[in-house]
Amino acid sequence: MSKMLMIYPDRCTGCHNCELACTLSHDGEFRPYTSRIHVYSWETEGFSMPTTCQHCNDAPCVAVCPTGAMYDDRAVGRVAWDVLKCIGCRMCTLACPFGAVVFDTQRRRIVKCDLCDGAPECVLFCPVQALEYVEEADATRSRKKAVAVEFKKTFEEVS
Amino acid sequence: MYGWKGTILRINLEKGTVVTEELPADLAKKYLGGRGLGTYYMGVEVDPRIDPLSPENKLIFAAGPLSGTNAPSAGHYDVVTKGPLTGTIAASSSGGMFGPMLKYAGYDMIIFEGMASRPVYVWIMDDKVELRDAGALWGKTVPETTEALREETDEEASVACIGPAGERLVLFANVMNECGRAAGRSGVGAVMGSKNLKAVVVRGTGAVQIPDPKAFRDTVIKTSAKIRENPVGGSGLRLYGTDVLVNILNEVGALPTRNFRESYFPTADKVGGETLAKTLLTRPRGCYSCIISCGRASRVKNPAYEGMGEGPEYETAWSLGPDCGIDDLEAVTKANFICNDYGMDTITMGSTIACAMDLYESGIIKAADTEGLQLTFGNVAAMVEAVRKTALGEGFGKKLALGSYRLAESYGHPEYSMTVKKQEMPAYDPRAIQGIGLNYATSSRGGCHVRGYTISPEILGQPLSMDRTVTEGKANITMIFQNLTSAIDASGMCLFATFGLGAEDLALLLSAATGESYSADAVMEIGDRIYNMERLFNFKAGLSGADDRLPERLIKNPIPAGPSKGMVSRLAEMLPEYYKLRGWDDAGTPTPEKLKSLGL
Repeated sequence: MSKMLMIYPDRCTGCHNCELACTLSHDGEFRPYTSRIHVYSWETEGFSMPTTCQHCNDAPCVAVCPTGAMYDDRAVGRVAWDVLKCIGCRMCTLACPFGAVVFDTQRRRIVKCDLCDGAPECVLFCPVQALEYVEEADATRSRKKAVAVEFKKTFEEVS
Repeated sequence: MYGWKGTILRINLEKGTVVTEELPADLAKKYLGGRGLGTYYMGVEVDPRIDPLSPENKLIFAAGPLSGTNAPSAGHYDVVTKGPLTGTIAASSSGGMFGPMLKYAGYDMIIFEGMASRPVYVWIMDDKVELRDAGALWGKTVPETTEALREETDEEASVACIGPAGERLVLFANVMNECGRAAGRSGVGAVMGSKNLKAVVVRGTGAVQIPDPKAFRDTVIKTSAKIRENPVGGSGLRLYGTDVLVNILNEVGALPTRNFRESYFPTADKVGGETLAKTLLTRPRGCYSCIISCGRASRVKNPAYEGMGEGPEYETAWSLGPDCGIDDLEAVTKANFICNDYGMDTITMGSTIACAMDLYESGIIKAADTEGLQLTFGNVAAMVEAVRKTALGEGFGKKLALGSYRLAESYGHPEYSMTVKKQEMPAYDPRAIQGIGLNYATSSRGGCHVRGYTISPEILGQPLSMDRTVTEGKANITMIFQNLTSAIDASGMCLFATFGLGAEDLALLLSAATGESYSADAVMEIGDRIYNMERLFNFKAGLSGADDRLPERLIKNPIPAGPSKGMVSRLAEMLPEYYKLRGWDDAGTPTPEKLKSLGL
């Protein structure tokens, strides 16, 4: 069993605490610009969407990496990379369909979610559980149940 | 520097010059930032007697040392200037992401000087600062301006701007950022308009640094838990927003109704937070680093009042609702959206309409004065139309744009204006809640609840419970709350964090963020210093202790009905004790000894 990061945009308030927690734990400073998770907001509509690495099963960034630096780290359920093997060619940033792999020009390095080695800080600091770190097979359980609850309500109304 | 960025941006709009200055470390430590540092610079650089809308006034945007960190709910900044509504120092706090963005760009504060000869906006991208033409944006609403400027600069930039109300110098125009967050009170937006400054746009890619990341993280976890465990800060505000207060205040008969003629509104629940959550609320929203999420993303689908945006908050639901004798939540929300889009303070807007309705029903304002608008209490369509007229500067709206004091005065009846120092009081009746009356009367920017929110102990039982109907102990609690609030505003934290946190916690966070050593006493002293500094500014501007008073209606006319029937404000019982505790003389003037002890 391994866990995955589950995102619930319907719960997100747009507070950016995930970005702050991310850069504090990785770089010891508050610098949302280099956060591995990123929140986009539409203020008037009141909608926010956190985006980050999906840790794909068949990851394009792994496939495209010429040195094998980017690899499938099954034990932690993540896509990780070996800093020593990375040559900074940025192929991974081009390949990622989510835009989740970024090259930090100031520090000349790859910036990407590493799930904090299995204890994601963004999840811990999200005040509204818009981010959860859950067993993969259970990840959609709450959504399934939400559908069931709605159905139950409707069923009770018509019966 | 840790916490602070150590840099001030000074922009002269007349000369078009941009310079950076070092933030002196001793000033940072002594005044923190935001309201504290901003007021310090106003005191040193601006003659308090100047006309607030003249080029001599300065306009300061100031973040605090906690802005940009993940200290709980610490995404605030203050707009500090001399306010045109009150003639006092004005410091209006706002959340959103402007304060943190300013810090990431490398600045603690921006000081605007002079007046541009034509409309301009400022684009700040880290160390690149440009004054740009805003001619095409003049006249545009807040959402239009925000969208256009993000297209012109950077889609992730924070935009703090004025709407058409600020351009036209509506005396209660606000500065809006991220469309729905407002530096709302005292007319700071009119000062921005007087300077021909349409917007400040900022994007930062830098960092806010702290001395010990692990220690800071521990402090954040500890303090956040306190807010989370607090019934108001933890869940009440997220579920129902500040609008949850409608029913709470109405149940004790302290919800000012029909321009404070009464203080109980039988159908208040229709505009309360519970109703809002069931009907128009899309989702709770949070400002930068907020863990409370009191923000309301709302949507009205009814074609008559269709719209989307932020609100309504409690004060708004009250001022445009029960204070005008109205219980139509959709209309109130629509009026709120108009205020947001055009950039106007909802408290003063609603209260000014309530005052106009009072004058109209008393036969002082005639239908001929209002282009036929029937300003009777409870007239929903007239309320929305009055907001629209003010927003667009049409006819009678030009009179409403002056606020209730100048409106009522122009008809020879200033006593109809429910203001202190010409600023409208918010939604807590000082007759039914004694301490808040003392706070209104002594507030450094006129009628205002967020200078010293004694509602916490007097109504919500936070952090201790006090009898709202007595005057004993209110002088002390008012002073403590005013001082703590000043320090909170200067730190970059949201006042709502005090639903769980006190001076001790603020001291821990400030110490962890800056590497300086703050005690709870030191934090309270900073607050005391700020409050006295504001007092000094106001006195030099021409105000005196004689201005620390409430409208006669609240002293002489008992509440006619409801749970607080028969009550009046007993301000005179509290004021002398308050002055004494503050170290001010009998006339309310800070004594030389007091000022010396605060290093002023």
